[in-house]
Amino acid sequence: MKQSRSTLLFYLFISPWLIGFLVFGAGPMVFSLFMSFTEWDIIGGAEWIGVGNFKELLQDPLFWKSIWNTVYFTGLSVPLSLVFGYLLAVLLNTKVRFMSVFRTIFYLPSLVPAVASSLLWMLIFQPEFGLANAMLSSLHLPTSDWIMSETMVKPALIIMGLWGVGGGMVIYLAGLQGVPKSMYESAEIDGAGRWAKLVNVTIPMTSHVIFFNLIMGIIGSFQVFTQAYVMSEGGPNYASLFYVHYLYQNAFQYFEMGYASALAWVLFLIILVFTLLQFKFFGRKVYYEFDD
Amino acid sequence: MRMKAVTNPQVKVKHRSITKSKRADRLASYALLLFWSVLFILPFVWLISTSLKHEADAITYPPTLLPEVFDWTNYREVFEIVDFTRFYMNTIIVTSLTVLGTLLSCSIVAYGFARIKGKGRNVWFAVLLATMMLPPQVTMIPTYLIFAQLDWVNTFMPLIVPAFFGNPFFIFLLRQFFKTVPKELEEAATIDGCSILGRFFRIILPLSVPALITVAILSFMWTWNDFLNPLIYLNDQENFTLALGLQMFKGQLTMLWGPMMAASTMVIMPLVIVFFFAQKYFIEGIATSGIKG
Repeated sequence: MKQSRSTLLFYLFISPWLIGFLVFGAGPMVFSLFMSFTEWDIIGGAEWIGVGNFKELLQDPLFWKSIWNTVYFTGLSVPLSLVFGYLLAVLLNTKVRFMSVFRTIFYLPSLVPAVASSLLWMLIFQPEFGLANAMLSSLHLPTSDWIMSETMVKPALIIMGLWGVGGGMVIYLAGLQGVPKSMYESAEIDGAGRWAKLVNVTIPMTSHVIFFNLIMGIIGSFQVFTQAYVMSEGGPNYASLFYVHYLYQNAFQYFEMGYASALAWVLFLIILVFTLLQFKFFGRKVYYEFDD
Repeated sequence: MRMKAVTNPQVKVKHRSITKSKRADRLASYALLLFWSVLFILPFVWLISTSLKHEADAITYPPTLLPEVFDWTNYREVFEIVDFTRFYMNTIIVTSLTVLGTLLSCSIVAYGFARIKGKGRNVWFAVLLATMMLPPQVTMIPTYLIFAQLDWVNTFMPLIVPAFFGNPFFIFLLRQFFKTVPKELEEAATIDGCSILGRFFRIILPLSVPALITVAILSFMWTWNDFLNPLIYLNDQENFTLALGLQMFKGQLTMLWGPMMAASTMVIMPLVIVFFFAQKYFIEGIATSGIKG
């Protein structure tokens, strides 16, 4: 095939994505960057205000509140689901019978649509007749108002999030199954117990999957939205107003398109930093499948 | 393992104690797995149990794990409270067209990246990978404005049309798979006078069914579960998808717990059924591609 004809064919084949990328990706990116320097409510014209939006962000208590909420949520939920998901995967990686049954049980919750699981957990966290309080009081432990309480709403959402740990667990499981058996055998000969094998063989050999899940978890957690939107509507007293929720409010409830675009770009920068970290520390190991 | 060659009795004893501790280990594993399984299943039991309870039973304290009498009225009520049939139909339309669009566009683009040598291929592939890292919130507002300009807000178009332009993650996944198909097969077909489209449809696609199934299932799950896009683009109730419709059971002051759980059960069911039949592809697809659902 001649070079130019081949190139033409190539572009023909990738044209759906290329057009989509220009129309829904590159174009909107440039436009949104432009908008973040304007004040615009859709109805009137956009007014160029330079870095005004970013300055305003720094002084906006709700911006800081939503950042704090998101960081709090991420800081607890990501490590917790990392440890819990990893332990479940390690358990499932020993020779267990009914492996596929267990795998299904732990994976199923992550299939449930966020709205459905939110409604379900609203019922579980219901202060008067909910399952959570019933279990606590049967164990003679103090009960809580959960999502109705300013202090407990975020922990409640984190507990609920742990129910969906199966998504990460599957990835750990894939990593664990790639650890060569011979390494355990030689560790055993050296007299390593269960704990020593976990620390000296399993964890180092799966560090790339752990790091991958850590970064993906942070990125996903920074975009948390649906649960808090459905369950607590950002309340009480903004205690569960997360970053993307605040962005959504500004864009589609107050129609502050410029301000919301500035929020989006700050989010982009945060996520970019974490993505770069991923490449820096584990880029090759995590992405070796990308190469030919 | 045969230990006959070992004459030293001490070694034998040691070996036995290892198997003993291994058995204890295994028992502990099962106990832990069972404990967590019960906790993981409990919310599901709760969901189904509440959906079969009378309204009064649903809010009694202490809560009962099983309904006193199995009562199916909640399921009927779901259809009386909101136009649930319509939400179901809407979701099926949006989901099936999205899956179709995704399969079509992603497989064609992936073939281009996998097999056709063109100038700039590596650059565009790098761009494709880079876009996977862009948070959708950055392009959300301008994209909304484009669709508003086209007068597509409050229709299914903004939910379906982008799928026909491919999804970077699925393109990447399919490209990796297409690359594993031996080139010789295509070369032989070329000699037999097969065109590039013929090779794509008759050789590549049939050999890539497992990968295509993975893509179809993942895109089905994501679309079925999507909340933010329908929330942004759909205003009128008659256009609502299930994700939006479910939220309507959450009243301002009263909660219709029974119907709410019945509706949730009906939303989850198709996912569970699809998962049941496609489990193998699904978990493998997720595990090998390394992405969370």
